[in-house]
Amino acid sequence: MSKIDFTAMGSNPEPRTPNPESRVVNPASRFQEIHPALDAHAAAIEANRCLFCYDAPCTAACPTHIDVPRFIKKIATDNLRGSALTILNSNVLGLSCARVCPVDVLCEGACVMVRENYKPIEIGRLQRFAMDRFYEKPDSAWSTPSPITHTERVGCVGGGPASLACAAELRRRGYAVTVIDNRPLPGGLNTYGVAEYKLRPQDSLREVDMIRSLGVEFRQALVGDTISLESVEKEFSLVFLGMGLGTMQRLGIPGESLHGVIDALRLIERYKTAPDFQVRGRVVVIGGGNTAIDAANAARRLGAAEVHLFYRRTEREMPAFRSEFDRSKVEGVRFHWLAQPMEIIGFEGNAAAVRFVETRLGAPDHNGRCAITPVPGSQYQFACDMVIPAIGQERLTSLLENTRGITVKNGLVVVDRPTGRTTNPRYFAGGDCVNGGREVVDAVADGKRAALAMAAQLEKSSG
Amino acid sequence: MADLTTNFAGIRCPNPFWLASGPPTNTGDQVMRAFDAGWGGAVWKTIGDPIVNTTSRYSSVDWNNQRMMGLNNIELISDRSIEVNLREIGEVKKRYPKHAVIASLMVESKRETWQDIVKRAEDAGADGLELNFGCPHGMSERGMGAAVGQVPDYTCMITEWVKEAARTPVLVKLTPNITDIRTVARAAKRGGADGLSAINTINSITGIDLDTLTPRPNVGGLSSHGGYCGPAVKPIALHMVQQIASDPEVGIPISGIGGITGWREAAEFFLLGCGTVQVCTAAMHYGYRIVEDMIDGLSHWMDEKGFANLASFRGLSIPRVTEWKHLDLNHHIVARIHAEKCIGCDLCYIACWDGAHQCIHREGYAKPEAAVAATRASIAVTPIAKLDSHAGPDGITPPERIPHVDEDECVGCNLCWLVCPVPGSITMEKVETGKPFESWEQRAART
Repeated sequence: MSKIDFTAMGSNPEPRTPNPESRVVNPASRFQEIHPALDAHAAAIEANRCLFCYDAPCTAACPTHIDVPRFIKKIATDNLRGSALTILNSNVLGLSCARVCPVDVLCEGACVMVRENYKPIEIGRLQRFAMDRFYEKPDSAWSTPSPITHTERVGCVGGGPASLACAAELRRRGYAVTVIDNRPLPGGLNTYGVAEYKLRPQDSLREVDMIRSLGVEFRQALVGDTISLESVEKEFSLVFLGMGLGTMQRLGIPGESLHGVIDALRLIERYKTAPDFQVRGRVVVIGGGNTAIDAANAARRLGAAEVHLFYRRTEREMPAFRSEFDRSKVEGVRFHWLAQPMEIIGFEGNAAAVRFVETRLGAPDHNGRCAITPVPGSQYQFACDMVIPAIGQERLTSLLENTRGITVKNGLVVVDRPTGRTTNPRYFAGGDCVNGGREVVDAVADGKRAALAMAAQLEKSSG
Repeated sequence: MADLTTNFAGIRCPNPFWLASGPPTNTGDQVMRAFDAGWGGAVWKTIGDPIVNTTSRYSSVDWNNQRMMGLNNIELISDRSIEVNLREIGEVKKRYPKHAVIASLMVESKRETWQDIVKRAEDAGADGLELNFGCPHGMSERGMGAAVGQVPDYTCMITEWVKEAARTPVLVKLTPNITDIRTVARAAKRGGADGLSAINTINSITGIDLDTLTPRPNVGGLSSHGGYCGPAVKPIALHMVQQIASDPEVGIPISGIGGITGWREAAEFFLLGCGTVQVCTAAMHYGYRIVEDMIDGLSHWMDEKGFANLASFRGLSIPRVTEWKHLDLNHHIVARIHAEKCIGCDLCYIACWDGAHQCIHREGYAKPEAAVAATRASIAVTPIAKLDSHAGPDGITPPERIPHVDEDECVGCNLCWLVCPVPGSITMEKVETGKPFESWEQRAART
């Protein structure tokens, strides 16, 4: 078995992009990946540790139900192409999922080895190994369009993981599929929103290119603006809604439009698309989720002298995954609990400090969440040079609100879970706009389930 | 401390661990270093008219990232002159008078040639002789090695020639590449052998390079069958040793060879009647130093079991091997799965369904395929604290993954117990049948 030269990975051909002006760059030096790749021998050793469980818990835990033992055993037998195709058949975004999945609460968390007091199999790194090898030289069956065998066309609104998974699945089943996204580059948050030390934009775009080479058509347009849902409906028999969530929620406090205030997703997008983007001085991040952690880590790596993360509850209530929290401590992020922002104070138009009030946690409610009450007289100021709010994305469904017979509840599209079907039988939906903001793999699973249901529906109607 | 001193067919040595004839005993310098490391004896790399070897010479079988589960070689006997070998034997014996040096011999099948080499080896100081009637490759094409050992009459005849001349104990090394090893063992006994060494290597082709389509080892695009040894061959060797040791017509000491890598395997060979054991592959893999744990581990085990010396446990397992027809048909065991230890890999479940008797079950699934289908149809999501009340995996085996045994249907085959990765998670438990001992022989006679 020849060794793989992973140092050569950086010299892969530039991904094709629909708009050369918006070509993304890879500032490799500042965004070293957090998990180094396995080489072929290390992968074989790790693969051989796998017990090859029957009806494996890792497979059950994976939202896309990748047959994990099967792809791992194929690594052990040096059937790397078979391994990659095993992954891709279940999860067309196997490359990005291998990098961004919180494996400790998914496949690796379910690994039976944990219960034997051994280290779980490093499923994420093995999947990445198989995917990296595949993308060095994609199998021809995955780089040529499948024949179109059906007359019905399907439109996927939004270019993120849910739409990509839906589109790839339907295209492989012989349907003509168009992905409509308003951004210059497809891939959604995979391209723009995932921290670069987890997933580089070019990796996301390699997946997009692979899906394009399957025959999926990509179109740049903002549905509801440059084209209407009515015209989408005219063109496509069925429509998949995978447009994700909206912009980051605003803090709703004074000073939010000061220079030096940039929300987490914009920060991540900015540094991923601008090679010289830098952060200086002392940075305040507000929020306790995974995106807050990503932004805090990014700020550190982009040059911030100090990064302070403020969360209105405590470490225990933090929604971020434990592994993400641990990671950020290693990155040097400092944490402040029980702190709620009241105002961003400016100086000459720039954010210069944040005024916080201490909070107190009340009794947990029926969801287990504790109410928060500010402690009177506990306000304090924290000087800074930049403020990064990261308190979640807006639930953006104005496009659909009370139109086309699609039911929206709490800002999320209501679907039948196993099929992704909305209350309008011509519309299916999945990903963040349905689940409120989960992981890439959840979006892929939603898209795939919807695709299967859409294919079944089309086949039924075409008799 | 257990006494490991050994007297094997008249050959004395400080312990029963010998290096087998092969690359580790090629030179006097090597053998002296081996004795310094603790080996009790060494069977010299086979001496005869010097040969010319090929490159390469070895190939192996790896298993689950462990190297050399089995080793194969096409190397011939010593490529050094008889004079040099014998002179070095003399030097070793001078410096290590208490260690056993056995000269392995192979010459063409002529009485005077054999008797000449026997005298010269003994004059050089060898404590004993081992007649290499087992080498399965190369030499056998020239009428030596296995070509002799596969024909009982030749084995008997040459042993007789040697015994006519020999003053030291004569061991005959047997080839396993024969239908019934006892026929050659008996022939060696008839020829007057003082002991037997078993087994030599097994004819093998270890594998084929799937790029060049050439089997290994590759000698310029061609290969040739070789002799297989190493851990993989131990069960075959143990069986052959047991056959010889149990044969009333043989009844001479056996030096056990085949896949011995540590004291545990050595103990097994002793329990089947061996007086010494010989090791080659493990020393080639790890060096002479492995003998330290062989001595240490065996001594501790003997102390623990109350065996003062090797004789006190030699052969104790021989009576426990019998013919199938004497086994108790009314002995019954069943598998028990201990839920508190089960990690839920369900290897026992699928092994029983596909490879045994379909008596291990998972609740709610008539067939294993149904369990997989249910998993495929299930909806799993990444647990996120702010959206979910449950936090994801908790390190506890889900009860639905813990299989159970239908003990009425269980045939007690052991398969589930063998595949279970967790010690003690599956045990095989005796079930009282209330029936007396009855063998097949007895039942057949009764009915």
